[in-house]
Amino acid sequence: MSDLPPAHSRESGNPLPQYQQRTGPPLSRGTTEAHIRPPPTSLHERRDRALRIALPIAVLALGLLIWEMAVRIEDVPPYVLPAPGLILQTLVADWALLSNSLLVTLVTTLEGFLLAAAGGVGIAVLFNQSRLVEYSLYPYAVILQVTPVVAVAPLLLIYLPQQAAVLACAWIVAFFPVLANATLGLNSVDRNLADLFSLYGASRGQVLWRLKLPSALPYILGGLRIAGGLSLIGAVVAEIAAGAAGAGSGLAYRIAESGYRLNIPRMFAALLLLSAAGIVIFYLLSLVNYLALRHWHESALRPER
Amino acid sequence: MPSAPLVALRGVGKVFPTGTQALAGLDLEIRQGEFVALLGPSGCGKSTALRIVAGLSEPTDGVVEWLSPADETRSGNRLGFVFQEPTLMPWASVFTNVLLPLDLQHKSAANSAERVSAALDRVGLTAFRHAYPRELSGGMRMRVSIARALVTEPELLLMDEPFAALDEITRFKLNDDLLRMWQALRTTVVFVTHSVFESVYLSSRVVVMAARPGRVFTELAIDAPYPRDQNFRTSPEYAAHCRRASEALAQAIAAGGEP
Repeated sequence: MSDLPPAHSRESGNPLPQYQQRTGPPLSRGTTEAHIRPPPTSLHERRDRALRIALPIAVLALGLLIWEMAVRIEDVPPYVLPAPGLILQTLVADWALLSNSLLVTLVTTLEGFLLAAAGGVGIAVLFNQSRLVEYSLYPYAVILQVTPVVAVAPLLLIYLPQQAAVLACAWIVAFFPVLANATLGLNSVDRNLADLFSLYGASRGQVLWRLKLPSALPYILGGLRIAGGLSLIGAVVAEIAAGAAGAGSGLAYRIAESGYRLNIPRMFAALLLLSAAGIVIFYLLSLVNYLALRHWHESALRPER
Repeated sequence: MPSAPLVALRGVGKVFPTGTQALAGLDLEIRQGEFVALLGPSGCGKSTALRIVAGLSEPTDGVVEWLSPADETRSGNRLGFVFQEPTLMPWASVFTNVLLPLDLQHKSAANSAERVSAALDRVGLTAFRHAYPRELSGGMRMRVSIARALVTEPELLLMDEPFAALDEITRFKLNDDLLRMWQALRTTVVFVTHSVFESVYLSSRVVVMAARPGRVFTELAIDAPYPRDQNFRTSPEYAAHCRRASEALAQAIAAGGEP
């Protein structure tokens, strides 16, 4: 009633009045002047944001320029080091081939990621519901995680069809961070809230769906953000391992194949696409994270000042 | 005035698994319609006693007896609990938070929405029903917590130092609002606090507890009539009650020895 909401209340679409209220100049300045003056932080913020975008781009441009110049001046042959321009040309020229490969790798990554998400969260819930299951299986989850996937991939390729083996690799590397984070999240429930649920006679299912999973959501999303990048790595590792066997068509397979043929520009072009895919995956998951948490979690809230 | 007994703790003792004796031989009877304050130094087990009444903690000794049959005319369950922190679900709106007790008991949705609206109206937060807890001040969050505890119209409202973290102005305001709601709903309140002034202002009976082990040290009846307001807060009568309560608390602290 009398107590005022803090400045970040939804009612304050425009942060200006509250800002002035809290840290504005002394009243002698006159209120009209105070109200038309923009908050001094916004200009600073805008410049800061512009720099955060402009500086990395400038670094990239400079790096590419030096690279291009060095290759031209030293007359380095393309099978040793192709210039950025040539890589770009190759990317355009080989687009049909490369985009198909990109699609294959992306589909594998997505499938691996979805399986890792479902598996990680599912196993975490299972562990949370039954201590015995956790004790029985947790060590094996750790073993699966600590064994380098590069070493496992050739074995999987022996026992599984290639596509399944690639998927299995993507899953193995990606599921553990989801499992670990989801487990942490499920165990980080506010004790008083848990007491409240038991006071009102909540069932196990209600506690899980209404309390534990929402509490764990920020952790799960954090795990998924790591898993996104890892499932791409898993897919690439498996494709490279399978590359020797020769039947693949993913981007990593293209890299391996181009390597054998000394088609270095295409190697770079494929690598460029892989990086771009990784970046897109990371930002997509960050966006999901933000959209899911923006109303309530500290991590997704913008600072007040 | 207070009539039939509602719930009684008889010889209640609590030893935590760590070996700490939180309570020993605690006898306490809560009568219907009372506003009882449990006043004591920290570590005297007042919060533990409250949790035992709520059934959130089992006594290792003695019993909790419910003396009146569940009141059929009341639509909710017996207990409401307000924690020291607002303890809201940060991912849910104010409305959803207040709905929680009804939701967990599978009450019909239409009826529930009405009751939630009534509860929010009672604490003056109707305009904030769609807000998230993050967007509210500390006092407003505590109001949501109170609305949630009252939405089931409980027979007994247990409050564990609910206003300890709030500033004095907000606390006074909430004290007044709480008294108003208590009178309007004619519920029973057990209110844990370590503030002499708050306990005297709110309650019809102050139970002073001593520590090591936690037990009832003495009881004071605060016979000033309700409704109480700003005039009571500044009256000589209030000051006299506070002095008595302070003295009792000082003796209780002395009786509890050094930690």
